[in-house]
Amino acid sequence: MALWLDIGPAADVPSQGARKLHIAGRQIAVFRTAEGKFFALEDRCPHKQGPLSDGIVHGDCVTCPLHGWVINLASGTAQGADEGQVLKLAVALEGERLKLDIAALSAAAAE
Amino acid sequence: MRDQISPDRSRLLVIGNGMAGMRTVEEVLKRDPTRYRVTVIGAEPHVNYNRILLSPVLAGEKTFDEIIINTRAWYEANSIDLIAGDAAISIDPAQKQVSTASGRVVSYDMLLLATGSNPFILPVPGKELPGVCAFRDLSDVEMMLSAAQRYTDAVVIGGGLLGLEAANGLAAQGMKVSVIHLMETLMERQLDPAAAKLLAEDLTQRGIDIITGAVTEALIGADRVQAVRLKDGRQIPADLVVMAAGIRPNMTLAQAAGLACNRGVIVNDGLQTSDPSIYAVGECTEHNGQMVGLVAPIWDQAKVCADHLTGKTTSAYRQIQPATRLKVTGIDMLSVGQFNGGEGCEDIILRDGSRGVYKRLVLKDDILVGAVLYGDAKDGGWYVDLLEKAAPLGDLRDTVIFGPGLTASGAADSGLADLPDTAEICGCNGVCKGTIMAAIADKGLTTLKEVKTNTKAAASCGSCSSKVEGLLALALGGDYEAKAVDSVCGCTDHSHEFVRAAIRDKALKTIPQVMQTLGWRTPGGCASCRPALNFYLLCAWPGEYQDDSRSRFINERAHANIQKDGTFSVIPRMWGGVTTSGELRAIADVVDKYEIPSVKVTGGQRIDLLGVKKEDLVAVWADLNAAGMVSGHAYGKALRTVKTCVGSEWCRFGTQDSTGMGIKLERMTWGSWHPHKVKLAVSGCPRNCAEATIKDFGVIAVDSGWELLIGGNGGIVLRGCDFLVKVTTEAEVLEYCAAFLQMYREEARYLERTAPWVERVGLASIKSRLLDDTENRQALAARFAYAQSFAQIDPWAERVGGLDANEFKPMLVEA
Ligand code: SRM
Ligand SMILES: Cc1cc2nc3c(=O)[nH]c(=O)nc-3n(C[C@H](O)[C@H](O)[C@H](O)COP(=O)(O)OP(=O)(O)OC[C@H]3O[C@@H](n4cnc5c(N)ncnc54)[C@H](O)[C@@H]3O)c2cc1C
Ligand code: SF4
Ligand code: FES
Repeated sequence: MALWLDIGPAADVPSQGARKLHIAGRQIAVFRTAEGKFFALEDRCPHKQGPLSDGIVHGDCVTCPLHGWVINLASGTAQGADEGQVLKLAVALEGERLKLDIAALSAAAAE
Repeated sequence: MRDQISPDRSRLLVIGNGMAGMRTVEEVLKRDPTRYRVTVIGAEPHVNYNRILLSPVLAGEKTFDEIIINTRAWYEANSIDLIAGDAAISIDPAQKQVSTASGRVVSYDMLLLATGSNPFILPVPGKELPGVCAFRDLSDVEMMLSAAQRYTDAVVIGGGLLGLEAANGLAAQGMKVSVIHLMETLMERQLDPAAAKLLAEDLTQRGIDIITGAVTEALIGADRVQAVRLKDGRQIPADLVVMAAGIRPNMTLAQAAGLACNRGVIVNDGLQTSDPSIYAVGECTEHNGQMVGLVAPIWDQAKVCADHLTGKTTSAYRQIQPATRLKVTGIDMLSVGQFNGGEGCEDIILRDGSRGVYKRLVLKDDILVGAVLYGDAKDGGWYVDLLEKAAPLGDLRDTVIFGPGLTASGAADSGLADLPDTAEICGCNGVCKGTIMAAIADKGLTTLKEVKTNTKAAASCGSCSSKVEGLLALALGGDYEAKAVDSVCGCTDHSHEFVRAAIRDKALKTIPQVMQTLGWRTPGGCASCRPALNFYLLCAWPGEYQDDSRSRFINERAHANIQKDGTFSVIPRMWGGVTTSGELRAIADVVDKYEIPSVKVTGGQRIDLLGVKKEDLVAVWADLNAAGMVSGHAYGKALRTVKTCVGSEWCRFGTQDSTGMGIKLERMTWGSWHPHKVKLAVSGCPRNCAEATIKDFGVIAVDSGWELLIGGNGGIVLRGCDFLVKVTTEAEVLEYCAAFLQMYREEARYLERTAPWVERVGLASIKSRLLDDTENRQALAARFAYAQSFAQIDPWAERVGGLDANEFKPMLVEA
């Protein structure tokens, strides 16, 4: 079941950029692409836990700032020959505000 | 999968968790995944890894994790019992049982011996001393890496492939390395004397001492090795000695079990030993009197052995002539077949002394039987194919030495075109032709780099790069050649130069405009081209271009260096390396107030505060600003430090005020963005305590003025500066500096430091435009000054003032 949380105005997330959130001891990154799409991933690169929110956003991908893995924002999977998966959360734009579905977080925590 | 394997399956036991053994297991699983319950006994305490790539691990180019072939999960998924870190000590062929050092007894139906070989340790006095090792497995590499951290001198005994790769790795780790080789020339089993000489020159240039024709007599030392003594009495200091003098097949178990052995464990065409239930593969074997020492023939053995183990007993192992390449970054060589000629052979030789290229092809009855390529081995794959085909060269003979480029059309890739999809192209990562062709077609790949990231082909030792390029050419036809220019990145085919010229000539002023006009393939570029374009635009349109922080790497966006744990480091500017009690006090207060875990004096004469939380950055800067300090740009492709020495103000040798000169230079240049980082230094006399001779722009004071030096750097490839000019006044120093930096900003490719840039465009060209053309020099300096009028704003103060506030605080903090 979805668990939507209001995380603030969409305008706070820069285009081709990201913002961090701390929720329940977890770090989440909310991204906005040049086309205005929003995505949310856990802020932990599957390679060595680099902060994806500090990466460069291009197309629907982000390049991790530490060693350059490229992560697809829509699926959370590492691109190219690198293998890895980042926890993905749903985001929704409601009017001017962003909502984040944090159900996946509790599910992941329960594992 | 385990459930499908009933307990009464045949048991396949493998001794040796190395390259041959595990490749054979993989091949068996491919043919019949449920036939055997596989158990592997491995003496090394690891899953299996790519032994070939220990060389790049030693050189610091790869990590151990990157060279693992099969993870634990793979063993589990395939229901393989891995007994790691326990050596087999005896085989009982009658009972079909193997015992291990820890006392385990494992029964088998089929046994596979893959025990590899042992390094040959010279029987000289002192060989047991601590500090002496071989180069065979991970533990050797670990020992070498730890020695490199603590000691300085290393000696490698043996100038063959392994020895030279060890020497290169140790040199890359900062050790002073000598190679002692028994024969007169290096790699005499793969190179003829001419090629060996070029190799020795290249290695010497890298600081490796090559001592040939030298017989090692003893290793000397008390608690640890200290030196190597040669027969002629010479002593070479050594805190570490690596024995790379050859290998011996490891056949102790087989001999004790009564299997037929000669120099290795004897196997037939089906890789079966004299006991029908025991097979052997890899370096422990001997087949028709031949041993193997490279992986290519071992992969063939693995396939044939797997055929036999799964019931296809018609296949037979045939020896091939594997090609050898030295995996030393920057040295391009290949040797294959009868490279040294012999009875009835003819040579075709090409030498290009200035490029350091040497090629020798050996023909017998018009058939290629051997080749040595040095300095340019990109056509190696093609020659290997020709050699394997063993067909008369005919007309090809006239041009064959020039490679496939000059031969009749189609000939270049016919070898590759003829290969079946199952042919393996990349031996390191086991990628076959079909996989590569499919990836090129399905994912629209157009460059070698893209194929590497998508398929891992050519991503390890790189020796198959030319084959992969051949496949690209095959798939893309005429399109491929066009793409061979050094394009900015995979998003475009245009070169850096083309893009910069277009920005200027077509007055392109934003990143989207550049991408649109020049036909970028991707909608938003990538993490490689966007920072480059941002810099090119900034450089072309100072004051006008709106910097795009989203196209900057995090360090330049957050104005601090990201650390491995996601925190940041902060380095305030210390003009010319000079500080005051007030600044130091303010730094100390900031450290206490924000509980900054680490404070370090940097190699650039300033202080680094490490481990600052991103959320604290702005407050830290506010406090530093309040004490008069600004950003040191330690994070930027920008002017970093200007190192100085104490100079005439204090030093008894100082000829001029080098500290003052350094501060003036730093005041003029701080805040400037560049293609890469830029470092300056000023020394007060030729003793050069500020290390000005390895800086992008260096100044050395002499009695009669200032000597100006350009294009040096420390770093990965050390390059000493070139002398530019001697001047007499401070104003001239500043003008030349500004002009030189502006020329670099306007011409170099993004991420190209001054050293490679100077090498690429040539010192003569730079000199003539800076020295002989006064007008040009002054115009460059003026353009630099103009750009600086917009650049010299402290980015920290701007952020303390509220700029980009969102960058530094999280969006929502839950209670
Ligand atoms: C802090 C410091 C080491 C220290 O504790 O002394 C340092 C730290 C880093 N250096 Fe350095 N370098 C430091 C002085 C040097 C020097 C010495 C010097 O400047 O006199 C050199 C050799 C001289 C030279 O550059 O020619 C040096 C050659 C490199 C290189 C190799 C550059 C090359 O052209 O080969 C890199 C890699 C790169 O830039 O791509 C590098 C990269 C780095 C990076 C940025 C690695 C990274 O990308 O994270 C390190 C950042 C650590 C951090 O977050 O603070 N650092 N680095 C020094 C900072 C000086 C300062 O005050 O700003
Ligand atoms: C540093 C280095 C670089 C190289 N570079 C290249 C290259 O560029 N190209 C190339 O083609 N080849 C290269 N080689 C050679 C290549 O690695 C070998 O040919 C290949 O690894 C041989 O495979 P193998 O399985 O026979 O032996 P190994 O890979 O050595 O495997 C044998 C395994 O058996 C284990 N073992 C031995 N005895 C026992 C026992 N009694 N019980 C249990 N386990 C045992 C060993 O611990 C080892 O793990 C290189 C080798 C080295 C060391
Ligand atoms: S500070 Fe420089 S030399 Fe030290 S680990 Fe980092 S990059 Fe390497
Ligand atoms: S942590 Fe992201 S690439 Fe290494």
